[in-house]
Amino acid sequence: MTKQTAKTVLSLNLNGVVRDDVIPDNMLLVDYLREKAGLTGTKIGCDGGECGACTVLIDGRPRHACLTLAATCQDSEIETVDGLSRDSRLTALQRGFNEKLGAQCGFCTPGMIMASEALLRRIPDPSEADIREALAANICRCTGYVKIIEAVQFAAKELAA
Amino acid sequence: MNIPNPAQSIGVPKPLVDGPEKTTGKAMFAADFQTQETLVGRILRSPVAHANIIAMDTSKAEALPGVLAVVTEADCSDTYGVLPIAMNEWALARGRVRYRGEPVAAVAAVDVATAQRALDLIEVAYEELPAYFTAEEARAEGAVLLHDDKPGNIERDAEFDLGDVDAEMAAADLVREIDVNCAEVCQVQMEPHAAYAEYDGARERLLIRPSTQVPFYVHKMLARTMGMAEGHIRVIKPHIGGGFGSRTETLQSDLIAGLLARKTRATVKVVLSREETFITHRGRPESRIRMKVGMKADGTISAVDFTVQQRGGAYSGYGIVTILYAGSMIYGLYNIVSARFRGARVLTNTPPCGAFRGHGTVKTRFAFEGLIDDMARELGLDPFAVRRANLLAAPTMTENDLLVNSYGLDQCLDWVEKASDWQARKGKMPANKGLGMACSHYISGASKPKHWTGEPHATIHLRVDWDASITLLTGAAEIGQGSSTVMAQCVAETLGVDMGRIKVIASDSALTPKDNGSYSSRVTFMVGNASIDAAQNLKARLVEAAARKLEIPAADVECLGEVYRGGQQDQGLTFEEVVMEALSGEGTITVKGNYDTIPESWGGRKYRGAAIGGTMAFSYAAQVVEVTVDPHTAEITVDKVWVAHDCGKALNPLAVEGQVQGSVWMGMGQAMSEETAFHEGLPLAANMLDYRVPTIIESPPIEVGIIEAADPHGPFGAKEAGEGSLSGFLPALTNAVADAMGVRAADLPLTPDRLMELLEKKARDERGAA
Repeated sequence: MTKQTAKTVLSLNLNGVVRDDVIPDNMLLVDYLREKAGLTGTKIGCDGGECGACTVLIDGRPRHACLTLAATCQDSEIETVDGLSRDSRLTALQRGFNEKLGAQCGFCTPGMIMASEALLRRIPDPSEADIREALAANICRCTGYVKIIEAVQFAAKELAA
Repeated sequence: MNIPNPAQSIGVPKPLVDGPEKTTGKAMFAADFQTQETLVGRILRSPVAHANIIAMDTSKAEALPGVLAVVTEADCSDTYGVLPIAMNEWALARGRVRYRGEPVAAVAAVDVATAQRALDLIEVAYEELPAYFTAEEARAEGAVLLHDDKPGNIERDAEFDLGDVDAEMAAADLVREIDVNCAEVCQVQMEPHAAYAEYDGARERLLIRPSTQVPFYVHKMLARTMGMAEGHIRVIKPHIGGGFGSRTETLQSDLIAGLLARKTRATVKVVLSREETFITHRGRPESRIRMKVGMKADGTISAVDFTVQQRGGAYSGYGIVTILYAGSMIYGLYNIVSARFRGARVLTNTPPCGAFRGHGTVKTRFAFEGLIDDMARELGLDPFAVRRANLLAAPTMTENDLLVNSYGLDQCLDWVEKASDWQARKGKMPANKGLGMACSHYISGASKPKHWTGEPHATIHLRVDWDASITLLTGAAEIGQGSSTVMAQCVAETLGVDMGRIKVIASDSALTPKDNGSYSSRVTFMVGNASIDAAQNLKARLVEAAARKLEIPAADVECLGEVYRGGQQDQGLTFEEVVMEALSGEGTITVKGNYDTIPESWGGRKYRGAAIGGTMAFSYAAQVVEVTVDPHTAEITVDKVWVAHDCGKALNPLAVEGQVQGSVWMGMGQAMSEETAFHEGLPLAANMLDYRVPTIIESPPIEVGIIEAADPHGPFGAKEAGEGSLSGFLPALTNAVADAMGVRAADLPLTPDRLMELLEKKARDERGAA
């Protein structure tokens, strides 16, 4: 078996729960989330920084979990798609992606929703240009993005109501 | 008294039944399955494009601590492939490799690092052979054969001569020709290929969850490759992150996961990297097309004469089907009275191509629609007028015996012409802006299945139990296109119940009836019809039970979905009461529904392979594209697309819009930026930065008009919606660029550098003429 690398005790707040894990220093955040924490909502769609499917929020900012070392997230707040609908009710964004068909195959959806979540927290009433800019690093292969834009607009409207 | 109405599920926008799972992260894709004991499977790939394998030594890898198994061709019982007559691929190369990246061995280990080290320890000796990366090189005299039984490195020659092409060409008022070359493109579905395989060593049984569009074909090929009884394998399709055709055939990674699981007698997960997913490929082949058309002065097309050469890659795959579609689908859209086709599917030392959305039809359509646009200009005709001069009159059979029972192309043309304000704006656009249009069509399922067994095309089971819920069991592969939703809609509508009563269980070979899978846009038409049949059979049982309970003749029972009653004054029975009566003395009810195509739809016999193209119904589409071209950088901006799609009946208008928008947009990537490229067989763009899928920044608004020319055989009149509008985008774009800049693009993708060359040549020509 391969020799074990140096390890870190990682303490962070994951979807509202504080936890400590012993992790290899070279572990990527996306692998930490999926393999260590068992939260598979965050997806891997490429070999690093190409597609945005792994977008999570680190201290409220959208980040590629596949380009982030987990060990650099010490004491951070991490939010993933798995933690959004805490009492099993869909959030406005999740309802938007569902009802406006912003999700077809659903593989880019977790990343799209997290990037949109960061946008709506920053700009509650985004223009179409704001939405395009905020999702520029997220590739979708099903929708042509038309209904993704509508999904985010739906959520913004619902949150404003 | 409050009169209950049957619930309406058809023709109203419905979110997908699995939408909540997808938006909450709960949807499980193949790579999401994991236990503490799951082993990592990794594949060793050929570093050379064409070579004999002289020797292979896996002993060092096997001896590495943490390695549980190494598999090679010696573990494979047989070849695999798509068509029964063309299964010439091995899960792991036997004796010879034919493209760079072809799997040669695989390991299962306790972790990624160990698996990767083990691959490095496998020693393979190669004796290199001449390799051919273009169709021309492979076809050259004296070229080494990739496969001994394929002389000239031709996978398949295809041809037909229908009508008197030479006479019609001679009688035409205008004859023009175009040569086009379209790059190879890749599906790039968002989910990299993955398979999760569990082996039950005590019982010698395999359970596998592959990322596939065709669980049934994977099942068959696993049995063939592994030498296992089909009944000892269970295939469960998990959530699938798109397909677009890349997964309409069994992939090596599916088979390798099975082989590794058996050899370790454990659970193995194989997840390909994005680079490996590009190499696995099965995209649309690079194609050279020479297209010649004869036209009358009024725009009537009198003759079409065309050749298609496809660079198919190293193995057969879908190749024969692809080259036949490239010919046969010249028919079915317009009234074509004479046509000559010569096609060649060529074997080359590049990754094998497959069935990409719009299978086989896209590049032929591009060549044709661009050429007739130029001819219209030359004849002083409006592009719409030329299309209208060549409409079919349904019902009809085309010259190559394709059944056309419903035809909404005329309505599609009307819709996009009006929506885009074409007549007022065409020819009056500001500098560097242009409008272009084109038409397209696609089949609603291939009428002859690849494996002809005599079984129906589709079978659905419905189960009703004491809780009065309806369980819909289908083998149809939900891949994001909404197949599970459309099945539930069809059943709910037929019974008049709310969709909430219906639970869909899809694609588990131990539970669900066999289905051929999600390809050729067959699911809505075929499985939709089977769903209606099943629901009608269930309804008959429920009506019978209600009649018994109400003590009236069955013919007098009025079914209102949630209420069954004898007349307006009758309070009637609730759905639950009817179900309990139906179960009485009977137990849990299971009914079945089937669907089969009619022989008239099977295509003709006028030439070899004429069945390809045969379908129960064609969808039709027309679109207008508006562009702005930056004359300094030759960068094209697509400002807007108007597209009308005749889907017969929009069972779910929301999903139809989504499918049409996705198709048009996928055509845009192919037209403008997407291109797999190889250097000596080495992929140059095997990542999502170099292979340019359009981002949200450059993606245009796409306005969809739904046209409903109901098909007499379609489920509630429906036809396909997910492919037909793709191919029209490519020529509509280049026609718009021609309108804006006065240049005809014949090579795709039309990147800024390709367009700049055309603009510079035009400027040179104009200077020369002055």
